[in-house]
Amino acid sequence: MKARHKRTAIIVGGLAAIGIAAALVLNALNSNIALYVTPSEVAAGKAPKGAAFRIGGLVKEGSVKRTDLTVNFIITDTAQDIPVAYTGILPDLFKEGKGAVVQGKLGADGLFTASEVLAKHDENYMPPEAKHSVDQAQKNQNPQGAKP
Amino acid sequence: MSNRLVHWFKFASPQSFYPLAGKMIPWFWALTAVFGVAGLWLSFFVAPTDATQGEGYRIIFVHVPTSWMSMFIYLVMAAWAGLGLALNTRLSGMMASALAPTGALMAFLSLWTGAFWGKPMWGTWWVWDARLTSELILFFLYLGFIALQAAIDDPRRADRAGAILALVGVVNVPIIYFSVQWWNTLHQGASVSVNKAPAMAQTMLWGMLLMALCFWMYSIAVALMRVRAIILEREAHTEWVKDLAEVKR
Repeated sequence: MKARHKRTAIIVGGLAAIGIAAALVLNALNSNIALYVTPSEVAAGKAPKGAAFRIGGLVKEGSVKRTDLTVNFIITDTAQDIPVAYTGILPDLFKEGKGAVVQGKLGADGLFTASEVLAKHDENYMPPEAKHSVDQAQKNQNPQGAKP
Repeated sequence: MSNRLVHWFKFASPQSFYPLAGKMIPWFWALTAVFGVAGLWLSFFVAPTDATQGEGYRIIFVHVPTSWMSMFIYLVMAAWAGLGLALNTRLSGMMASALAPTGALMAFLSLWTGAFWGKPMWGTWWVWDARLTSELILFFLYLGFIALQAAIDDPRRADRAGAILALVGVVNVPIIYFSVQWWNTLHQGASVSVNKAPAMAQTMLWGMLLMALCFWMYSIAVALMRVRAIILEREAHTEWVKDLAEVKR
């Protein structure tokens, strides 16, 4: 009876200790676990200099321009914009106003040359008709067409 | 000790659990079939096309249930392992060992279907983001648990060693679940969670939940079959096993 309680206490205590250790380690590694930085973080100088990194944000409306195989667009978190150049095939879900994660290097001129572009979609799943009515409702609220 | 507790402990003995598991298995297979047929029908014939992802999103009906089960089975396995460690009951260790291969299968399917989904939608099979990496660690934890138990000949010692590994690994499960909230990831947030309305059309949600129930019932059925095999193996020297009709045959 006593031994059983003792073992239970050791297990619970051990789990708590491991949990706290994991929380501290993850907290210390926080910025390294993030897959990408935001354009605002790049503007604040938090991006690694001279090394490849990823930026995540929205593809700015009206910014996608194609010349031959190269695509130029702006990635934004609505506060800061970063121009991106990419040569290659874009994923199907890559669209203006939608999320994207770009990997590459930031040039001295502020142009981000991407070697990989990934599309990031959201967690909403709905039929096209429902999507249409959601878009309509947003447009009515926001006549300028500016996305929040 | 109350009467009720004594009654429950009766099934902690392999001898009384073996026939009980045998009686339950067909029922769980039947439930697997019922939920599977209903879930697949809803998923493929009733649920609408997704506005953004077209038909490709339908892999969600396998991907999400297997991901849920991979995490849930780990918690159940660790709970059995912890119970065995604390109470020294033989059946607990057997249950943990019986669950591990199914959990590994679910984690593998989750990663595999995720890769198949990631390529057309995101544009990559794999990315080292927090959600994908922690799920991969879960898969390796299952494999490590199985390998560790297989490496130790004495089953009671194997149970204890496995139990400690299983309990240490529990810390990974909340990391998988909350990874998409805590860090920037390519993987999107949860569509279904306890504290908000589901971000899915009704029929899609029902298809996914029925498929999750199907995988759940399947996991119970195969885990019970496996635990019966483990009981026979470990109790092979006992009289009650030698007296079993299926052993005598």
